[in-house]
Amino acid sequence: MSAKVAAVHYEDRIVTAFTAAAVLWTVFGMLAGVYVAAELVWPELGFEQPWLSFGRLRTVHTHSVIFGFGVSALIGTAFYSVQRTSHVPLFAPRLAWFVFYAWQATCVLGALSLFAGINASKEYAELEWPFDVAIAAAWISFAVVFFGTLARRRVGPIYISNWFYGALIIVVAMLHVVNSLALPATLTKSYSLYAGAQDAIVQWWYGHNAVGFLLTGGFLGMLYYFLPKQAEQPIWSYRLSIVAFWAFVYTYIWAGPHHLHYNAIPEWVQSLGVVMSLILLAPSWATMINGVMTVSGAWRKLKVDPALKFVVLSLAFYGLATFEGPMMAIRSVNMLSHFTEWTIGHVHSGALGWNALITFGTFYYLVPRLAGRPLWSAGLANVHFWLALAGVMLYVIAMWGAGVSQGLLWLSLDELGEVRYGFVDVMEAMAPYYALRLVAGGLFLAGAVLMAVNLWRTMAGIETVRVAPPAGALAAESGA
Amino acid sequence: MNLLDLHKRIERSSGLLIFGILVVASIGGLVQIVPSLYQESLSTPTEGVVPYTPLELLGRDIYIRESCSSCHSQQIRPLLAEVRRYGPYSRADEFVYDRPFLWGSKRTGPDLHRVGGKYTDAWHRVHMLNPRAVVPSSIMPAYPWLAERAADADGSIAARLRALQRLGHPYTDEDIAGAAETVADKTELDAVIAYLQSLGRARTRGSSL
Repeated sequence: MSAKVAAVHYEDRIVTAFTAAAVLWTVFGMLAGVYVAAELVWPELGFEQPWLSFGRLRTVHTHSVIFGFGVSALIGTAFYSVQRTSHVPLFAPRLAWFVFYAWQATCVLGALSLFAGINASKEYAELEWPFDVAIAAAWISFAVVFFGTLARRRVGPIYISNWFYGALIIVVAMLHVVNSLALPATLTKSYSLYAGAQDAIVQWWYGHNAVGFLLTGGFLGMLYYFLPKQAEQPIWSYRLSIVAFWAFVYTYIWAGPHHLHYNAIPEWVQSLGVVMSLILLAPSWATMINGVMTVSGAWRKLKVDPALKFVVLSLAFYGLATFEGPMMAIRSVNMLSHFTEWTIGHVHSGALGWNALITFGTFYYLVPRLAGRPLWSAGLANVHFWLALAGVMLYVIAMWGAGVSQGLLWLSLDELGEVRYGFVDVMEAMAPYYALRLVAGGLFLAGAVLMAVNLWRTMAGIETVRVAPPAGALAAESGA
Repeated sequence: MNLLDLHKRIERSSGLLIFGILVVASIGGLVQIVPSLYQESLSTPTEGVVPYTPLELLGRDIYIRESCSSCHSQQIRPLLAEVRRYGPYSRADEFVYDRPFLWGSKRTGPDLHRVGGKYTDAWHRVHMLNPRAVVPSSIMPAYPWLAERAADADGSIAARLRALQRLGHPYTDEDIAGAAETVADKTELDAVIAYLQSLGRARTRGSSL
């Protein structure tokens, strides 16, 4: 290496930027979620304004939490960890900043376009074609920075977290391009290249695997880097992580058709979806066990470290959601759960319990390190922990109650074989559950606001700390 | 060479890692999606299924704009309770002109696949402007702005039909040239109602159901 090595430092300002953006998106996205929950209790809250109506605002909510919050957190933590597991600064830092500005601009303008009703209507891929092009450009730049950094690494093996972040980048690119193929009619309107049942099969291949490779795989990358750091112990089993990784990449992609049980698609496609969904339980739980065993021996840290508490709780919800998912993929269970609030409960046990909690825990660990000083208030972080736990538990219980009741009442037949309850009767029975869900969402949002204040106070007025990579030649084997 | 040694090579090369992920993640999609794209029964319209008229198409695009499919499915499953409640179950050959599909994943409100002909236009008009006027406990939003806007305010109906024609929908050039005129004096509300009334008719029109 050249004599300049001593002056080299990790590109961490961009990590700070992505973290700040993710925190803002958390608060905004969850606020939108709480608002739509309130609209189901008091429909007048739309005030007859198009942009505030349930359909549009619900799309803004899912867009903001998945792409604003989730992806910002993933890119930020990927940039932080890939440098430290490679012992080199980011490749092409200017391109990395392009990724930041392009992604944030796409998410902000995208949210505005959804408020305006510009909507392609494919779930979790609602943005219209100009945004799809912008997403592809930002994503390819992300890939160049990430894999460029890996290619220049000064550590022999590529650490596990990077496999998962790598799978996130590659598979989401593939899903996005194939599912978004459409013929534009105007600047704001396009028609899908696929129609009807074929469109449904492509869309749920995308939709399920956006959950798989973004909300699961990407966040497992976060887990594999930050959990050993927080527990101060190496990953429990390296072999298990290899097996779980490849089984996960292979199996997840097959499971999409379980979103279309008893729908008008070929039965063999549905059946394959069931089998693969059940098999998926194995790699999912292998990873959960690997995570829990990694913390094992560091349990005492849970008493003093609020960040680790969030991560351990997120593992519990990861295990819960990845058990519930395969169960709901069984056709006879799905008959009851499909189209009901149970689906919403399942999504939120994953999205709040797993994705949001692991990200919160990671931020409580990360931001003090970016700032070079302790968290502003550990007490406030503890309050956040209990608000988040109460919020997600109440949310899931409310939606389980709602969903199972809905499913049973809808399918109930009287002795003459006629439906026993009218649709309106069943809808009216949802009112208490919807009210409880609103309270639950409010608690979870309140916790997120406390976190925003806490992290802002920790970072306010100071520059991101400059950290130099370890000096010396190629490290023999990377530890955790 | 055992698998762990093979993996030692993969995890030391970012190129091999990228290649491996791409191959392993592609298999499931290739097996499930490619045959479906070539299965003619999924893309051949059944008798009575016709492309949307210009007004119905505008209505469908407004239905998409307001994200109605967040709360309303268009997919009746072949289960006794569903067929009793909503009508004949949905079949793939009824959706071949649907770009994108609007089956939905959630029923906060009822399924709409067979709603065509179930209520009068006048009922829909009142319901869209104030759902609680006809269903007191409804939690659906009101859509008063639909009545105030022209259905084809930006004059894009010809461009929309042209795009669908390129995708294989059987619109003639005359259909496209005359489309703007057929929707000239219509509101968005007229368009949405025309769309709703068209839904599922291929299998319910003229039947005893």
